[in-house]
Amino acid sequence: MTTENWVLPDTEDPVDAPFWQATRERRLVIQHCISCVQSYYPPRVHCPACHGKLEWRDIAGTGRIWSYVIVHPPLLRAYQPHSPYPIVLVELDDHPGLRLVGNLLREAEGAINTAVDQAIAIGDPVRVTFRTIADDVVLPCWIKTTLN
Amino acid sequence: MKDQIAIVGIGETTFGKGFMESELQLGCIAIGRALDDAGIAAKEVDALACYTMEDTPEFEFSRNMGFGDLSYFSRINFGGGAGCAAVGQAAMAIAAGQANVAVVWRARKRSGKVSRFWAQTPPRISTHWKWSQPWGLLRPVDEVGLLTRRYFHEYGASRETLGRIAVTLRKHALENPRAMMRNRLLSIEDYLQGRIVSDPLCLYDNCLETDGAVAVVLAHKDRARDCKSKPIYIHAWSQGLATDQQNMPNVFVPDPFTSASTVAAHNLWQRSDIRPEDVDLAQIYDAFSSLILFSLEAYGFCGRGEAAAFVEAGGISVRGGQLPVNTAGGSLSEAYVHGFNLITEGVRQLRGDAANPVADAATCLVTSCDATPTSALLLRN
Repeated sequence: MTTENWVLPDTEDPVDAPFWQATRERRLVIQHCISCVQSYYPPRVHCPACHGKLEWRDIAGTGRIWSYVIVHPPLLRAYQPHSPYPIVLVELDDHPGLRLVGNLLREAEGAINTAVDQAIAIGDPVRVTFRTIADDVVLPCWIKTTLN
Repeated sequence: MKDQIAIVGIGETTFGKGFMESELQLGCIAIGRALDDAGIAAKEVDALACYTMEDTPEFEFSRNMGFGDLSYFSRINFGGGAGCAAVGQAAMAIAAGQANVAVVWRARKRSGKVSRFWAQTPPRISTHWKWSQPWGLLRPVDEVGLLTRRYFHEYGASRETLGRIAVTLRKHALENPRAMMRNRLLSIEDYLQGRIVSDPLCLYDNCLETDGAVAVVLAHKDRARDCKSKPIYIHAWSQGLATDQQNMPNVFVPDPFTSASTVAAHNLWQRSDIRPEDVDLAQIYDAFSSLILFSLEAYGFCGRGEAAAFVEAGGISVRGGQLPVNTAGGSLSEAYVHGFNLITEGVRQLRGDAANPVADAATCLVTSCDATPTSALLLRN
């Protein structure tokens, strides 16, 4: 599946470069403030509560589907041939309230439309997997942990 | 500034698709009509306000319309959240003595692909959209679709609920000669068979793609007395950007349904002598049908999770509804000029000039987009 003309994130921003470094290593990390005992996603410059330094921590990488859409055309030319495809919003098991947008896949590095025929429901458990869309861009994505 | 500043003129182009005119030309038409409606000369205009998404710079309107020296000009961020705030900030400038006559406008050729920023491939994304777009959550309809699915899950609303909104607004448009959909009947069956765009949202949940422009003229109430048309007063206005929220997609906060609109509503009612139950009608930003549900709750017309029942009971219909909403057809069925035509419809209703008049209407709420940092206007006659 080609990812030419895909929408790519800047992975060299000093604030969130460690996130992209971690996904290249097939790890999912989020920011944590030790003094406030708070975690944050999407990334912040520093802890919004105390303005202290945030550290990146590995997380379990499991969650539940909080919401989802099935995306149909019209779309950017790069995405259109792969539609319809699901997009899930996943709330992390170990960080309730923190959510990530992601693709629902059937296997690591799979195409974004392969899970569209799967039954999807809010509350479904998922685990993280990864999908490479550019040399420096590996996106955290999700696989259902109970198949139906 | 309660009731100190009035909307003294409104102007619109026709609404349609594939217009030859530029956005500058369309804006000039709407602004010219708004000044004529007010009976104010262009030379008297000394303030402008608009959306940051407006592509035409202020000086182009000044040098084409023949405005006087401008002493105030501002732009409001966040797409569809900006409209009411552009009016509110210009009114505030007049109330503060920084200006005397303000023009606020939106001119847009939305039917051209070039105006849709998600229809182009940018270079690397450095904004907050880097946390959603690379996966393929590309369009506003996808972003609002996520919220809509969650709302369905929490409160038992369904596509039938949204269909009821689309069909009600279409009925309003059928009586409105300016509406793009004035000749296009829409039944609930048509709605349910509509092409899916971002499941659960279908074609009829999306606003129209419109070329057109809308403008209003503001002046102090002392100046308004000498104007040609009946002045409609800004009783209160507000902006809202909630703690921790971001622009669309606002899905990372604990509760996206108590976000920008909730803040704007709190600020608005705090500044108002009019209560939600005293409001005669509302013009609610409806780039997507479900935003009406979220806004009815945020502004206090319904309890949390009760908007679907309100809509299903006919509550938003101009024919007997408890709170007629988007009485000209709104963005779904009149035209989508980034919500700015909701403001002119509110004014027409309070002047008694609307195509679907609400009897004895004296107060109207106008809201901007629920899914972005936003704003609201409370108008009275």
